[in-house]
Amino acid sequence: MATMDETADRFAAEASEIADQPRVDHQLIAEMVTAGARVLDVGCGDGALLHLLSDNRGTDGRGMEVSRENVNACVARGLSVIQGDADVDLDDYPDKAFDYAVLSLTIQATRYPKTVLENLLRISRHAIVSFPNFGHWQIRTSLLLTGRMPQTRNLPEAWYDSPDSHLCSIVDFAKLCEAVDAEIEEAVAFNSWGRRLPINRSIGLQNLFGERAVFLMKKS
Amino acid sequence: MNADTSPQLKAVDGTSLDEVNNPTSPVVEFTDGPGLKLEGGQVLSPFKIAYQSYGELNADKSNAILVCHALTGDQHCANVHPITGKPGWWELLIGPGRPIDTNRFFVICPNIIGGCMGSSGPASIDPATGKAYGIDFPVVTIRDMVEAQVHLIDYFGIDQLFAVVGGSMGGMQVLEWAACYGDRVFAAVPIATAAWHSSQNIAFHEVGRQAVMADPDWCNGDYLREGKVPRRGLAVARMAAHITYLSEEALQQKFGRNFQDRDDRSFSFDADFQVESYLRYQGSTFVDRFDANSYLYITRAMDYFDLAARYDDILADAFRGTKTRFCVVSFTSDWLYPTRENKEIVQALNAVAANVSFVEIESDKGHDAFLVNEPEFFATVGGFIQAAAKRRGIAEASN
Repeated sequence: MATMDETADRFAAEASEIADQPRVDHQLIAEMVTAGARVLDVGCGDGALLHLLSDNRGTDGRGMEVSRENVNACVARGLSVIQGDADVDLDDYPDKAFDYAVLSLTIQATRYPKTVLENLLRISRHAIVSFPNFGHWQIRTSLLLTGRMPQTRNLPEAWYDSPDSHLCSIVDFAKLCEAVDAEIEEAVAFNSWGRRLPINRSIGLQNLFGERAVFLMKKS
Repeated sequence: MNADTSPQLKAVDGTSLDEVNNPTSPVVEFTDGPGLKLEGGQVLSPFKIAYQSYGELNADKSNAILVCHALTGDQHCANVHPITGKPGWWELLIGPGRPIDTNRFFVICPNIIGGCMGSSGPASIDPATGKAYGIDFPVVTIRDMVEAQVHLIDYFGIDQLFAVVGGSMGGMQVLEWAACYGDRVFAAVPIATAAWHSSQNIAFHEVGRQAVMADPDWCNGDYLREGKVPRRGLAVARMAAHITYLSEEALQQKFGRNFQDRDDRSFSFDADFQVESYLRYQGSTFVDRFDANSYLYITRAMDYFDLAARYDDILADAFRGTKTRFCVVSFTSDWLYPTRENKEIVQALNAVAANVSFVEIESDKGHDAFLVNEPEFFATVGGFIQAAAKRRGIAEASN
């Protein structure tokens, strides 16, 4: 399961190329989280989001991360992080243990995205999930024109190298929310340059122009 | 000290020492009060605790770290050992500027009850008879060790320990502290340990105990009164146990099939191989510093350890409502207390939404990895301690 981590690293590296500042989805997540909340960051990577949340929002943060190197680095930096796998280890947590459970750019690399989302909604009052949007117009046109699996700035690997086994579009994800009785509290789409798409626009437009999305949900 | 009531402890330079009844460490004797109520039902009174301390307790007594030693360890964690002359067993972790910085923290390391380095144990003098307890000493448990430490912490007037840290059996004490006195432990670092002793671990201990008891010089436990020491039995116990502290890979790398002081087989039962010579050395030096009955008592205490048993076998209930911050550490090549068993502790802590970090350190050193130079391990513990100290509001080291 080093793959989830590779995904996160890939996006992190890419994001830091764009600008030497927090990842856009991290900024959005930080805005969604209330100050002082208890937060679990699933797939926390090098702990960048936990640091951001702790510094800006004063959260009581915990992390789960699959890569041993990342976990050890996080703990050495003073973060509360355990080595674990979103597909397996979320089962350990009791109901409503956290105010927020965050899964940033990781759900597409899990084996059972639906179970993972159900677990997030079970163990926390609010779940926050960010993911790359497979409904973006460039992906659609790429598949249409070349007849091959799209490779874009957001999804650079060939299909056989990609850790992403469960890619979805914004509309797909909204449907999954319905399927697991999740009420969408906020949904924001944005592009690689961090420009946010107006959230009052239709989901169809977000699905066409958003390269990534962040959903804030709770169990309805 | 009367020679026939003390074990034949000898320093490497040949000078006689009696660390059992006249230790170089400070000793606190608990003569008044209710004594130490043991899990087995008996009361040990009076009793004494020998300890080493490093650094200074701050004004509000918030910077104390209790270090719990393992089976064959003792209180000399960060100073030269009075018998062996070797550096402290955690000297790399504890000291000025070390991950557990004694310029910042007040570190206390007591000898466990049942030990043989100054705390009450089977080799120490029973005040009622004026002779060594021997196997009349009551069987003690990990819980009893912790209760004795509570007396010591009260003696220092410390309400809450900043941290309790320990590996192996020391880790079991850390877990007991967190379970029984969670409000007195701000941070807990159980390392290479388990919440219960496995069948395999009990089996190894039984081999060790039988080796001791099979030695005629054990004299049914009365060897101190007989003026003897079951050296061979205890050495064999140590040799067998020492194998379990290493890993197959580490042994193979270190010794392979190399011969010791010869080029070929001797066609005898000499120590032809380096690994044999190494184990014999480990066995014989251990006997110089450890009491055989203590070894029986302490291994028994570990075998009896099953933290969940008091909570209807639900380990999570041992930690329910805990405010303590935990950092659990395991090592990849440790097959005595494998990652799986350490992770059970983490799962129990997660089940009560405790604040827990968990790292598995890559090492080929086996169980002993927590005692050797593993920079990643030190970085982890140091990082956790520093972050917790900041959260606790403990002042940084002044120099």
